[in-house]
Amino acid sequence: MTEASIPEKMPSRSAQPRSALSRLLARKMALVGMAMILLTVLGAIFAPWLTPYEPNLQMFDGLTIEGAPLPPGGEFVFGTDLLGRDLLTRILYGARTSLIIGVAANGLALLIGTLVGITAGYFRGWVGSVLMRFTDLMMAFPALLLAICLAAIFQPSLWIVALVIAMVNWVQTARVLYTETTSLATREFIAAERTLGAGTMRILFRHILPHLVPTIIVWGTLGISTTVLLEATLSFLGIGVQPPTPSWGNIIFENQTYFQAAPWLVFLPGAAILMLALAFNLVGDALRDVLDPTQRGRD
Amino acid sequence: MAAYLIRRLIQAALILLGVSLVTFFLLYLLPADPVRQIAGRSATAQTVQNIREQLGLDQPFVVQYWRYLSGLVQGDFGRSYLQKSEVAVLIWARLPASLLLMAGAISCELLLGLTMGIVAALRRGSMTDQSLMITSFIGVSAPQFVVGLLLLYVFAVRLGWFPIGGYGTFRHLVLPSLTLGILGSGWYSRMMRSSMIDVLRQDYIRTARAKGLARRRVIFRHALPNAILPIIAMIGIDIGIFMGGIVVVESVFGWPGIGQLAWQAIQRVDIPIIMGVTLVSACAIVLGNLLADLVTPFIDPRIRLR
Repeated sequence: MTEASIPEKMPSRSAQPRSALSRLLARKMALVGMAMILLTVLGAIFAPWLTPYEPNLQMFDGLTIEGAPLPPGGEFVFGTDLLGRDLLTRILYGARTSLIIGVAANGLALLIGTLVGITAGYFRGWVGSVLMRFTDLMMAFPALLLAICLAAIFQPSLWIVALVIAMVNWVQTARVLYTETTSLATREFIAAERTLGAGTMRILFRHILPHLVPTIIVWGTLGISTTVLLEATLSFLGIGVQPPTPSWGNIIFENQTYFQAAPWLVFLPGAAILMLALAFNLVGDALRDVLDPTQRGRD
Repeated sequence: MAAYLIRRLIQAALILLGVSLVTFFLLYLLPADPVRQIAGRSATAQTVQNIREQLGLDQPFVVQYWRYLSGLVQGDFGRSYLQKSEVAVLIWARLPASLLLMAGAISCELLLGLTMGIVAALRRGSMTDQSLMITSFIGVSAPQFVVGLLLLYVFAVRLGWFPIGGYGTFRHLVLPSLTLGILGSGWYSRMMRSSMIDVLRQDYIRTARAKGLARRRVIFRHALPNAILPIIAMIGIDIGIFMGGIVVVESVFGWPGIGQLAWQAIQRVDIPIIMGVTLVSACAIVLGNLLADLVTPFIDPRIRLR
């Protein structure tokens, strides 16, 4: 459904990076998004200094005498979980998981999507047909169901989860870049390059790819949001990142049976997931407006 | 039209064939051994071997797939390993619950999304517009299981307005539908807003205004029908997102649909059920896309089917 927003025309290279950046910074929502991303990154990097506890340390005084988790406030700012571990610490360390998977899985998905998209778009013929039919096939898969099957096949670990998400998420990028490449490939300057004797690789990477960079940036940013949500969902179902390694999804997975009595164990990590996904959506959307001239003046 | 339809149906069949092959292959690679699950822990090596032969799991991949496929074309989805029942029967029994949930979710997302989009477009640039668009962003960024648990906590546990889970009455339907619908309403409100803004810019709207028609009439009779139709056609494309969503939402709310069936089957390595649900979902997605494409020319006669 996001295809409705596929830009029809390519922004030319004259959309100078400098002015694009300043136009991006002029948008309040983009700034809010960037601030939220920065906050998460800082929290993830400086986690050991921000909290005195270890993420997997089960503390005696982290539970009540009856063995129930402690609510937020007091010594443990976000409260503790069912095993008496500090929730804030686990959320801070969990940010590492989300960011690593977000960047790694999405980077890989972007790479696969770009390669498939521009190869299929430039070569057409049987190579293009085969690649795009395979893309259509992937579109017909219920993405989450496929990810669940894949995650169940491999023993889940951080990198396997990233790989699974990449294998599911490259499809959209491939479709968008395919459409753009097919229209670029018929333009005069490409024909001119070819007559001048430029090789296929040179045309693809020196002349076509640079025109696709704005689209790749936009889809790359929006894709991180999808990736973060997918990782959280897989971990929530217990087939993503495995405890005791904290991830926002598996914190909820571990504590959900107790959520009526200790709602903070679900909603604080939940809020963290929402915040990070929202941040990348805000920045990605602003980038689309800034980089794509056909969208300008719409808001 | 007929030729187009036939070509699209053949394409759809080929895609489904591909989906079945890929899924079958992935499940074939599964390191978890379904036979162990069936036989139980105390089974002897001989029993395990017997079951394996009985199910044909000792055969090479090509033979197994061919068997499955020849059953499939006759409408036979195979038998569940653990539930001792036909997969087709299990899916058929669960389908009404999932379809009901889907209908509820589509109603929620259209109601919320279209209203938000129309209001935002009419008050473009205002505070209302901005806060509605931020809301729509939150809607598309919120993980469904968190939304589900939040609605459960507030409206079922705290306020007691709705049951905590289960299936049966209208009250059971509300929270799961809303959970699924919130994601979609975010998308619809954004699309509706930009579609409405485009329509409001058109000459015929200016003409209608210039004729002196009341603002209400211009909006509801002239602008809205034109802005809303392309959005309605998107419902077909939505189905893919629903099919993923129901696995999570049905497990949160204990909704007895095919999502729950699939999730239980995945945990117990009940391969025939996983295959069956994946194929049914893929079928729904392919048909949804086809439907969306078929409806488009009726909505906008300038678009011809090719």
